[in-house]
Amino acid sequence: MKYLCLVYSNEHTLHNSPDSPEDAECMAYAESIQGSGRMVAAEALESVQTATTVRMRGGKLSITDGPFAETKEQLAGFYLIDAKDLNEAIQVAGNIPAARVGCVEVRPVRQLNP
Amino acid sequence: MSAETVKARVEQVYRQDSRRILATLIRLLGDFDLAEEALHEAFFIAVERWQRDGVPDNPRAWLVSAGRFKAIDSLRRRARFAASQPMLIAQLEELEQGQWSDEDVEDDRLRLIFTCCHPALAADAQVPLTLREVCDLTTEQIARAFLAAPAAIAQRIVRAKAKIRDARIPYQVPSRAELPERLDSVLRVIYLVFNEGYSASMGAELTREDLTREAIRLGRLLMELLPEAEVMGLLALMLLHESRRPARTSSTGELVLLDEQSRSLWDAELIAEGCALVEAALKTRRFGPYCLQAAIAAVHAEAPTAEETDWPQIVGLYDVLLRAVPSPVIELNRAAALAKRDGPQEGLRLVDGILARGDLTDYHLAHSARAEFCRQLGQVEEARAAYRRALELTQQLPERRFIEARLAGLQ
Repeated sequence: MKYLCLVYSNEHTLHNSPDSPEDAECMAYAESIQGSGRMVAAEALESVQTATTVRMRGGKLSITDGPFAETKEQLAGFYLIDAKDLNEAIQVAGNIPAARVGCVEVRPVRQLNP
Repeated sequence: MSAETVKARVEQVYRQDSRRILATLIRLLGDFDLAEEALHEAFFIAVERWQRDGVPDNPRAWLVSAGRFKAIDSLRRRARFAASQPMLIAQLEELEQGQWSDEDVEDDRLRLIFTCCHPALAADAQVPLTLREVCDLTTEQIARAFLAAPAAIAQRIVRAKAKIRDARIPYQVPSRAELPERLDSVLRVIYLVFNEGYSASMGAELTREDLTREAIRLGRLLMELLPEAEVMGLLALMLLHESRRPARTSSTGELVLLDEQSRSLWDAELIAEGCALVEAALKTRRFGPYCLQAAIAAVHAEAPTAEETDWPQIVGLYDVLLRAVPSPVIELNRAAALAKRDGPQEGLRLVDGILARGDLTDYHLAHSARAEFCRQLGQVEEARAAYRRALELTQQLPERRFIEARLAGLQ
């Protein structure tokens, strides 16, 4: 089963707290998941200031600057993993280095039934 | 065999084993709703079959097997609509009888408890789900016990089951490494059930025996399956509190404080069992907050009169407890014990310290403790104000009457 692990963090503290992970640690962790065969994809995101929100309404494209919602914590990156069950996904999510300064939302991927 | 005898036997097996059979069916079928449906169908056909063929040697295995066949039938009917069903049916048909041996069945009960108390489920769903699936209380009974609408309870249970299925919460006993954290969640659920029964938060009665009974039953089951120190501690704590229940309310339903309880009404058998468990748990050296609270309850239980209570030991145990789990409620309880040891002015100083920090300002027991200390110190006006604040904060009728009586007694 696939789980999307969404990493949220306050952007100001993500890189400035004593527990903040370095890029090298994040890379190493992603590689270790890759090694265990559970990695589908993972990326870190640029700051939320670079976000653009797009909507299609009545055939008309609407484009706004910024994220879809203003929140204290922003989406900083994601891991798409393959795990046996929620317990295994929680293990992977809990060890994401950024979980020490932010939080990780774990969402099962829904199978589409065409 | 007469129809009556068979029916009585089926009912007996239901009472004794329905939760075990359900736990195994959930493992085999991987779905709570399908397993519940299969369980009821299995008991339904047992009445007719056992009358015709006699009661089987192992009724539990017979019922698991019958439930499995019923589930296969039901999946076949659904298979016309869902493409994934044939594979599950094939898996189910291949299962051997050996896959529900008695040993597995005991593990299944533990799996069921850990799944219902999984921390990924909403906290307010864990309690009703456990009472529904593990204790077989109906939604209506749970709703009555928690003074909630049955529809609201049913919805929490439905949502929790949907999350178990859709997020794939596994049906398993956690590994050694995960156990402490996961066990906490199970113990917390049991303790919540007990507390609600021991000191109902609202309504006309002080205690709800049905809930304390279920909590103790859960505690005994967990103890039988997983005799960890904290499991012993929680069971001991519940037994020791329960031992005092007959003495906690007067014949007219009024609240009786620990000091004033008639100790001859305490249940000596429960006290003996509780104290033995505390001792065994403390010996493991792996004890935690539940053992420490049980040890405090045991010191009270062993005092022949209120005056002979070993307050220095109780204060010492609260000190250890407070280091293990810093909490303002424990600080408040420690203040009450310290007041017994060193006098009400010491208790008042500690309670005022807690309230000055902004903790427990909406907790009625903090204000009634303050009122009590002030009353003992002859500070009548202060006591009156604190009792009034406590009265504003509690909904429970016996507690309200108790505070009103104290207010009336202030001169």
